[in-house]
Amino acid sequence: MPICAFKMKEELIETEGTITEALPNAMFRVELENGHIVLAHVSGKMRMHFIRIIPGDKVKLELSPYDLTRGRITYRYK
Amino acid sequence: MITIKSPQEIETMRQAGKILKRIFDKLRRYISAGLSTQEIDNYAAKLILDENVSAAFKGYKGFPACVCTSINEEVVHGIPSERQIKLGDIISLDLGIGYKGYFVDSAITMPVSEIDSRLEKLVKVTEECLYQGIKQVRINKRLGDISSEVQKHAEANGYSVVRQFVGHGIGRNLQEEPEVPNYGEPNQGIDLKEGMVLAIEPMINMGSWEVEILENGWTVRTKDKLPSAHFEHTVAITQKGPEVLT
Repeated sequence: MPICAFKMKEELIETEGTITEALPNAMFRVELENGHIVLAHVSGKMRMHFIRIIPGDKVKLELSPYDLTRGRITYRYK
Repeated sequence: MITIKSPQEIETMRQAGKILKRIFDKLRRYISAGLSTQEIDNYAAKLILDENVSAAFKGYKGFPACVCTSINEEVVHGIPSERQIKLGDIISLDLGIGYKGYFVDSAITMPVSEIDSRLEKLVKVTEECLYQGIKQVRINKRLGDISSEVQKHAEANGYSVVRQFVGHGIGRNLQEEPEVPNYGEPNQGIDLKEGMVLAIEPMINMGSWEVEILENGWTVRTKDKLPSAHFEHTVAITQKGPEVLT
C-alpha cells in the first residue's frame, strides 16, 4: 500500500471585494462582498506589471482556507 | 528513523512473505469476470483467516477493507465495492498481512481474461519496472538508484510514473521510513544498508502521471482516466543482494 507523499495544493477561496484603505508595504484593507474585512497584499504578477490600486477599486482576491483574515489581490477591475 | 532488521527479524518476515505468496496464488486463481470487488475482498478475508494472520490494511488509517482493488483507471487504494470486474479489465490487488508482529506488503495487476494488447504491454512494463528497481536494492547503492531505474524503464516505454504516491520501508509497522519514490536521480538519497526492508511499488500510468483522490478519501484515479498498473514486493537487502520476501 503506497504512502501519499504530498498533498495536492489546497483549494484557494476566490472572492471579490472593495479596497477601503491603502496601508504601507503594498498592503490593503479590503472589504469583501459579504462584509468581512481582510488584510491583503498585491500578487507579485500585478506588481511586476505596475498595476496601481487605490481605495475604492474593486478587486478579485484569493484567501487561504487556513487564514481567512488575509488575502492576495490577483486582479483589479477597471 | 530507518530501522535495520536482524537476520532473525528478516526470517520472520520471510515466513510472512511465504504466507502472503500463498494467499496471492489463491486470489489470482479466484479472479474472474463478473465478480464484484467486494466478493474479492470477502474471499481475501477468508484466506487471511485460514492462514491465521492479520489483515494489515483493515483499519489502517481508516481503510475499510483487507485488500485494495483498483480497476483500470484506478491507480491504487481502491475500496472494494459492488463494482463488478468485466472481461478485458485490469485489476490491481494490493494486500498486506501482519504475522508475529511484522508486516509484509505486495501487489499485482491482473488481466481479467483476454485484454487489449496495449493494456497487456502496460502491465508487463510495470512488472519489469518493479524488477528493474529490485535489482538496485543492494549494499553500496543509494535510494535514488532504485527510483531512477524504475522511472527510466517506464519512460523509455512512453509511460509515466505516479509522483504523489511512493513505496516505503516496512517491518514492525506497515509503513516506515524511508519513502521510496518511483522517480528520481541516480546516486542520490540515503545509502542502502544490509537489513533494510523496503516495499517497492511502481505505479505506472499509460497517460499523464497526474492523479486525483476521489471523494471517498482513498481511491486514487488517473486524471486523464487512462489505465494505470501497479506492482509491489517487499524486498530485504542482504549481503548477497536483494531478497524478494513476498
